[in-house]
Amino acid sequence: MTGMATESGTPLRLLAPGMPKRLVLATLAGAAADLAGIALIAAAAWMITRAAEQPPLAALSVAIVAVRAFATTRGIFRYGERLSGHDVALRAQAGTRERLYQALVPTGPLPRRGADLLSRMVDDTDAVQDLLVRCLLPALAALLAGTAAVVLTAFILPFAALLLALGLLVAGVALPAGTAAAARRWSARIAPARAELAARVADLVHGAADLAAYGARDQALSAGMDADARLAKLERGQSRVNAAALGLGVLVQGLTVVAVVLAARSADLDGVATAVLALTSLVSFEPVLPLGAAGERFAGVLAALRRLREIGATPPAVAEPGDPLTLPEAPPTVEIEDLVVRHGDREPALNGVSLRLAPGDRVAIVGPSGAGKSTLLAALMRTVDFESGNIRIDGVDIRRYASDDVRARITGLTQDPYVFQATLRDNLRLAGPEASDEDLAHAVRQARLDGWTDRTGWDTTLGEDGRTVSGGQLQRLALARALLFDPQVLLLDEPAEAVDEETADALLADLLDATRGRTTLLVTHRLRGLEQVDEIIVLEGGRVVQRGPHDALVAAPGYYRDLWESEVLTRR
Amino acid sequence: MRPHLAACLAAAVAAGLLVLVQAELLAGVLSGRFTVAVLLPLALVVAARGLLGWGRGVFAGRTATALKSALRRRLLPRFQEPDAAVSRRSGELVTLAGRGLDALDAYLTGYLPAVAVAGVIPIAVVVRLFVADLETAVIVLLTLPLIPIFGALVGWTTRAVTQQQWEALTRLGGHFLDVVRGLPTLRAFGRARHQASVIQQVAAAHRTATMRTLRVAFLSSLVLELVASLSLALVAVPVGLRLLSGSLDLHTALLVLLLAPEAYIPLRAMGTTFHAAMEGVAAADQAFSLITPTPATPTTTPATTTARDHAQVREQPADLPKPVRDHAQIRIHAPDLRISGRDHAPPGIRFEGVTVRYPGREENALDAVTLRISPGERVAIVGPSGVGKSTLLHVLLGFVTPSEGRVLIDGADLAGLDLDEWRPRLAFVPQRPHLFAATVSANISLGSDASPDEVRTAAAAAQAAEFVAALPYGYETELGERGANLSAGQRQRVALARAFCRPSAEVLLLDEPTARLDGRSEAAVVEATRRLSEGRTSIIVAHRPAMIELADRVVRLHDHAQTGAA
Repeated sequence: MTGMATESGTPLRLLAPGMPKRLVLATLAGAAADLAGIALIAAAAWMITRAAEQPPLAALSVAIVAVRAFATTRGIFRYGERLSGHDVALRAQAGTRERLYQALVPTGPLPRRGADLLSRMVDDTDAVQDLLVRCLLPALAALLAGTAAVVLTAFILPFAALLLALGLLVAGVALPAGTAAAARRWSARIAPARAELAARVADLVHGAADLAAYGARDQALSAGMDADARLAKLERGQSRVNAAALGLGVLVQGLTVVAVVLAARSADLDGVATAVLALTSLVSFEPVLPLGAAGERFAGVLAALRRLREIGATPPAVAEPGDPLTLPEAPPTVEIEDLVVRHGDREPALNGVSLRLAPGDRVAIVGPSGAGKSTLLAALMRTVDFESGNIRIDGVDIRRYASDDVRARITGLTQDPYVFQATLRDNLRLAGPEASDEDLAHAVRQARLDGWTDRTGWDTTLGEDGRTVSGGQLQRLALARALLFDPQVLLLDEPAEAVDEETADALLADLLDATRGRTTLLVTHRLRGLEQVDEIIVLEGGRVVQRGPHDALVAAPGYYRDLWESEVLTRR
Repeated sequence: MRPHLAACLAAAVAAGLLVLVQAELLAGVLSGRFTVAVLLPLALVVAARGLLGWGRGVFAGRTATALKSALRRRLLPRFQEPDAAVSRRSGELVTLAGRGLDALDAYLTGYLPAVAVAGVIPIAVVVRLFVADLETAVIVLLTLPLIPIFGALVGWTTRAVTQQQWEALTRLGGHFLDVVRGLPTLRAFGRARHQASVIQQVAAAHRTATMRTLRVAFLSSLVLELVASLSLALVAVPVGLRLLSGSLDLHTALLVLLLAPEAYIPLRAMGTTFHAAMEGVAAADQAFSLITPTPATPTTTPATTTARDHAQVREQPADLPKPVRDHAQIRIHAPDLRISGRDHAPPGIRFEGVTVRYPGREENALDAVTLRISPGERVAIVGPSGVGKSTLLHVLLGFVTPSEGRVLIDGADLAGLDLDEWRPRLAFVPQRPHLFAATVSANISLGSDASPDEVRTAAAAAQAAEFVAALPYGYETELGERGANLSAGQRQRVALARAFCRPSAEVLLLDEPTARLDGRSEAAVVEATRRLSEGRTSIIVAHRPAMIELADRVVRLHDHAQTGAA
């Protein structure tokens, strides 16, 4: 338990060991590029104004070389900065992703986190890249270049250096701070407007039938338009802030140059020094001005990092024992006694369920959606903790074992099985890394997937989100995985879900054949063939409302008989 | 929108031109040609540039929001009709209407002004340089085209490389999301911890591949940067030498030094905004392709496409399985034909050889269905899934038009009726009713101007009053997106209350209202349906015995291939 707690409790660190060195290198390259740009103009200004005094050519030769050298090196340093910066950023992102994953592993099923939220979370890890490439590196490089420019001017005229420093601070610190604060404030106002627009659009799309049938389309449409108008108004306000930052940056730059020239003139500096001061001041703003936009992005980056840190701080789904016991080798007897499971502070999802699974027993669980069927399986797999009651493995409290060990014995086909972007073979093999090709083929035959493998082959890459996989194929792939893994207690959560009825019945029949003699807990809403299982448990609202063999349940009025009748009625 | 865009571009170009004036004044002061007093007009020019920069940003923002609004205003009405093509891509559409259009920002606020500036300023600079110093002007004029030429050249030679690596990059980049999504599956098979090291390996491979691409991709910006800075050196050094020989005055030399970089900056700015801008254009293309309407109704299928040429409907309480038949006694309610507020009596409905085929499907969704429903009759439609039960209701609702056959309402062809007059005569509860992100009350009174009392009466009739009262704000409780804070049974009863809220409706269409409900919810919904169907012509698609019991007559839809199976 302690190991788990510290692992997930560690805030997501930004930089892995060895990274600071690379970061310094990238910063130096960036600063060098900025400085070369400033030095190029300063040297050119010096050369031209000095040449106007018509000295011997030798006096200019150093400046001429400098101008050419700075012109060449600026581009090369910039190239180096961009490459090393992206390298650092990609390393940091990889580290963040790995730590995010480590933090997610013990959190158990993420309730109400749809695929969309999940991809937004993954996008958040991109924020680390933005933080480095678009915020931190340019800011550090600008700081170094700006300091160098101020020091250079200080040698010529300290008061001008003071003016330049002031101007750079306003443009490089005050303005970005302002845009960051404004971005935070505006996104706090814009986010709800965006959400509202999304909700209105979702209503229009998903509720199209209801709206059409009830003649409420125009009403919903105008609600959508209003939401759009509100969002547009806020966005206009936000763009005014950004525009002000843009204008102010130009203003500060120009006025600083004017002030520097004025200071040089009143200090009676010669033409050469004045020109160098003026042009250095003008150009030293170039690395600083983009920081306004960086400030705006910085606010978004901070929000993303905060969200990631919250995930890192999510407590693990189940408490792990400090000194876990070793599970016995022999097939266990699992006893569930008065089990109560609650998600958050809602009504209990399971409310006093008892069940005994001796080796070789097959038990089916039936019930309407929301009855607690999947919760029961999750409790057995130790991905949710229970509030009261107990689960015992051969008489020992399940909480005395490590959850990973429990899942090595009690697992199977879970809700929402997932197809990875990998070959069919690799998708299967994750449930049996050591399995031979024959084992794979056997599992595939048992899951009635062999027709598909014959057609598409074993090495076809399955598409993103399993888009090349139909619902039925997905379900059978998941079933093949569960059979390949061959746990001591096999859990099957609606194995015939999303399969057409004919196949569902055939699949269930094969399944009941394949699981004969195997300890099995089967959640299903297809009832044909259930006369073969030892016991059927009907769950409603987290409680057992009926239990017994198929024949007894069909004879008594209730949910099971109703379901059986409608299944007979709709059978092809 | 257009005036905003014009103002934005004008401000950008004017600010660019003011840079020329600023260079002129600064060169004058530094060369000693102008007095220190000229610093005042210089400050004013700077202030004007700041102001124009602000204006550019404001008008760019206005342009962007106006265009996005305009696109949304044309997109949203496209979602109105229940259209299979639209609903299949619903998630995509919701994203497109929101964040998807934001990709246009980069194009409108960054790229377009940059193009305008790049089109004007370099020419203005070159013209000014021609007047000031011919030699410099020629150098700038000759090197300037190198930027777009090199840009295109590098882009062209690297495209092959990047294209090659693109697929690998996308695959590696998507790996993390893939693993996170599949975490529950990995956990179930004890592979979750092992995968952490795989993530590390893949990330390292991703970085190596990306850096290989970037090394080439950044070459283009290296070339552009080098062209710009070397051109400056190319200008500055000869200018210095000519100053030395006295063939050029200091003012011109400083002016040249200040102006020359300004010729290159706009072209580079255009290059840096190009990539982001093109993503925006892609988003706009997607939006435009949706705005252009596609045929929403099934296309007509010739009669010869299937051999099924006879009606696939048998009216058959006698054919029901035993336990159901016992309950399915015919129960005829004398229909109350004159409920107040009604313009019509409940109509009789006749389907005559109705065939529906959705575009892109091989099978007919409905196959030559002939069915006669008397006024005020309650008919339950049963049959295996996928046989077209829901499609039957959708035909009556006018969501789909039959490709063959016709539907007669009291003898009048449905195709000839005005849907806006026909639909108010219907009350429809779909299989998965959509609850809107609005109050319970607004969800019940959808499309009608029912008073709060009428809403309450409807809710009570739908057996919904009890749980609505228990909600934190009763009828004024805001429901989450898609009614997230209600259970399936509760959502179904709110949808029934919606139907009750139209006392004038004469036809009731229910699509499996009790599928997957628990026993208590089912009993409540059945009881509500019983009351709702009184005095109305009702077509109820049903699975469960309790609902089928309600019907005066049970109609079984058959799949042709298996007519005799049940």
